[in-house]
Amino acid sequence: MLNSRRLILAHFWLAFGVFGLALLLGAWQMFVRSPLQAWISNPEWYYRSLTAHGTVMGYVFPTLVAMGFGYAISEAALKQALIGRRWAWAGFWLIAVGAVTAMVPVSMGLASVLYTFYPPLIGNPFYYIGVVLVVVGSWIWVALMSINLHVWKRDHPGEPVPLAMFANVAGSYLWAWTAVGAALELLFQIIPVALGLRSTIDAGLARVFFSWTLHAIVYFWLIPTYIAYYTIFPRAIGGKLYSDPMGRLAFILFLVVSMPIGIHHAFADPQVGAGFKFIHSAFTALVALPTLLTIFTICATAEVAARMRGGRGPFGWIKALPWSNPIMLATALSFVMLGFGGAGGLINMSYQLNTTIHNTQWITGHFHLIFGGAIVIMYFAITYDLWPHLTGRALTSVRLMRAQLWLWFIGMIVTTFPWHWVGILGMPRRMAFFDYSSPALAADAMSVTMSAFGGFILVASSILFFAVLIQNRRAPQAEPGEYRFATAIHPPITLPAVLNGHALWIALMVGLTVTNYGFPIMQLLVTPETSVPAVYVGAEK
Amino acid sequence: MSAESVFSLRNRWFITAVGITAGLFLLTAVVGLIVLPYAQRDVTFTSIWDAICSAAGVPQVRSSAAPVQPDFKVSTVVVTASMLGQPSQESIGRGATLAQQCAICHGPVGVSRADSPNLAGQYASAIYKQLKDFTSGARVNAIMTPFAVSLSEQDMVDLSAYYAYLPRLPAYHPEQGKPAPRIVVNGAPMRNIAACGSCHGALDNKAGSPWLEGQSAAYIRTQLQAFASGARRNDISQQMRNIARQMTPEEIDEVAQYYASQPPQSRRASSE
Ligand code: HEC
Ligand code: HEC
Ligand SMILES: [Cu+2]
Repeated sequence: MLNSRRLILAHFWLAFGVFGLALLLGAWQMFVRSPLQAWISNPEWYYRSLTAHGTVMGYVFPTLVAMGFGYAISEAALKQALIGRRWAWAGFWLIAVGAVTAMVPVSMGLASVLYTFYPPLIGNPFYYIGVVLVVVGSWIWVALMSINLHVWKRDHPGEPVPLAMFANVAGSYLWAWTAVGAALELLFQIIPVALGLRSTIDAGLARVFFSWTLHAIVYFWLIPTYIAYYTIFPRAIGGKLYSDPMGRLAFILFLVVSMPIGIHHAFADPQVGAGFKFIHSAFTALVALPTLLTIFTICATAEVAARMRGGRGPFGWIKALPWSNPIMLATALSFVMLGFGGAGGLINMSYQLNTTIHNTQWITGHFHLIFGGAIVIMYFAITYDLWPHLTGRALTSVRLMRAQLWLWFIGMIVTTFPWHWVGILGMPRRMAFFDYSSPALAADAMSVTMSAFGGFILVASSILFFAVLIQNRRAPQAEPGEYRFATAIHPPITLPAVLNGHALWIALMVGLTVTNYGFPIMQLLVTPETSVPAVYVGAEK
Repeated sequence: MSAESVFSLRNRWFITAVGITAGLFLLTAVVGLIVLPYAQRDVTFTSIWDAICSAAGVPQVRSSAAPVQPDFKVSTVVVTASMLGQPSQESIGRGATLAQQCAICHGPVGVSRADSPNLAGQYASAIYKQLKDFTSGARVNAIMTPFAVSLSEQDMVDLSAYYAYLPRLPAYHPEQGKPAPRIVVNGAPMRNIAACGSCHGALDNKAGSPWLEGQSAAYIRTQLQAFASGARRNDISQQMRNIARQMTPEEIDEVAQYYASQPPQSRRASSE
């Protein structure tokens, strides 16, 4: 039951529209700092583009996908018309207006501070205000998801909440709490300085606040992907989910442990004590758990489905999977990228190994592989799966869809593997310019060139993606039937209250935030003379 | 399925989840705050509490010896981007009167013909900082210092306001059309030199960095040489000394000629 089709379509179109633009910027960035192009001579253009690329890809695009998909889940999984559709539109417009508000100063070169803000760099206040509007818009979605679930639970006492909605709401709560760190940084630290009310800023404290957001935001991006693994993939390959409670456990673990670990982004920061860095590092190790659970459950799901289709042998069953199905393909490619990205992540999270790759291109390679690769390829899959139900027209070209997914996978591997490699060689990230004629950098030239070609392949893939969606507009009307999510082999009949609600897990998430962040934040707040003069960018002051 | 039954000591899930979480936190805290500090061979702690504070990041003075003091005056001016932002008309007026004593060298409208630096249109914060440094002795110049030492705090504020208010007039001998040297737009990354334009304007302006266009070549050259040799060391955190020391004499000459030849209106360097 999808009543709010226009609402959901609007989210997806805006998401992929801005994604397409930001992707072009990304490819341009790869190009201009590679040996393929003589230096553009103005680093400001590079950082301007980088700020726009990061802001759109990090804040606007995934938030819109999570929201659009979230509304679809709420209607389809609960079989209940969306409550608060007007509010949902308000949230959508807040995001649209916020994105434009943020992008105007960025394109004018008044806020080239990168999407991670990096105080004491301070840009035009409208940039930050735009970002705040985007976050506020998404908080409306959080509230609506919670309300819709609440109403459903009231009408269906004792019934298990459908897994898709359980996960969706877990993701929304995770986002609500995780965004608080950056919101505190923006509202109490950066925006007053950007408006000229203060001229100094505690950059160390700001970085701690940002780390509160920066790790878990990745899990907010990831949740739609995991929802697709658990509730779209099994149905798409003609099977059933191996274990429903295992899925719940995975999302619960994300909720609890993806937040109190962000200081692993600040291992090189002097303002945080080594003891807390260790605590965060140790908790980071725990986020591998939900992913390992997921890989197990989804592989088991695939195996059961394959054996039902006649697959035999310890590995022979893999052949029996419906490989021509785009969702099958996307999930498999996503797993491969998740595997490599996860392995690299083990190095980032280790307090000691981190020093070898800190602030190098390795990190850029890592998060593009996980987010741009494993996560975004499932956004495509979700779109393909949902689209006929939104437009009432079939997606006709399965081959084009497969080609698009393969290109995305190949492009992402070609982009990020050399990136990791030059990172190990010590190439720093966030640099606009490299002098490849220097003997110290000449060895990187080949890898950087390859990586740039990976970027072009990604652009080609995105063109195919839009071609698929545009073809759909011309396809004949077709009744796609009811949109449904995968069922489990043993669908839960009753569930313990903790697996059917979020309260306990939210309490633990907040509790761990207090234990893991409370002291570092308090200590920076009470230590005098920790602020430094703001460095305004862009405008000549 | 109400929340009440979840938060209850009789709910095994509740006990287990809270227990595991608390246990993990305690375990990591003991390792991170007690075991690991003691595992460092080169640090001695007076007590376990001392070890915990150290690992938690409480600022501590480890050495009782007094910090080494430099044998020269250091600039103590704190420059922020918004300082002296909105001067009053009165302040500008007072500055104009005071500036008469400066006119012999810096020119009647702040544009010098004698290789003294031009002050017209210079950022107020930059002028103020230099005057403070001349007064404190952080920057020394036999000709200029005597004129600065007698200035009061208010005098310096007013003079800065006045010169910042004056229009940037064309330089004395502008010779335009030269391409910007690479070091101005790109810096020299391999030598850790950021683009001059990323602090001094053209690409971006960072607080405290004076505006250089139209300044005489002789002045710019002398200043860069002084930074390089250490004769001038009032730049905060050695921002300029670290750069000038890495520059070749040819580069110093090139940027001096370039900036001297730039029209003062030019705010954004073209990339070619
Ligand atoms: C006798 C000539 C002379 C007089 C009079 C004089 N100055 Fe200077 N001023 C100089 C010279 C020469 C320098 C450059 C010093 C150096 O090379 O380090 C200078 C430097 C400065 C600077 C630093 C500029 C920069 O860009 O770093 C400021 C500001 C300044 N003078 C302000 C004043 C003010 C205000 C007065 C009047 C109260 C004044 N000067 C009077 C000769 C003079
Ligand atoms: C990191 C920012 C930064 C960069 C990059 C930079 N400067 Fe500076 N520069 C400063 C600051 C700040 C001052 C003022 C120092 C002080 O407080 O006395 C200064 C002062 C100067 C002065 C003295 C001006 C005067 O009127 O006293 C000259 C000349 C100069 N810089 C030239 C250059 C050149 C040439 C380059 C490029 C090779 C360069 N700077 C790059 C920040 C920078
Ligand atoms: Cu992280």
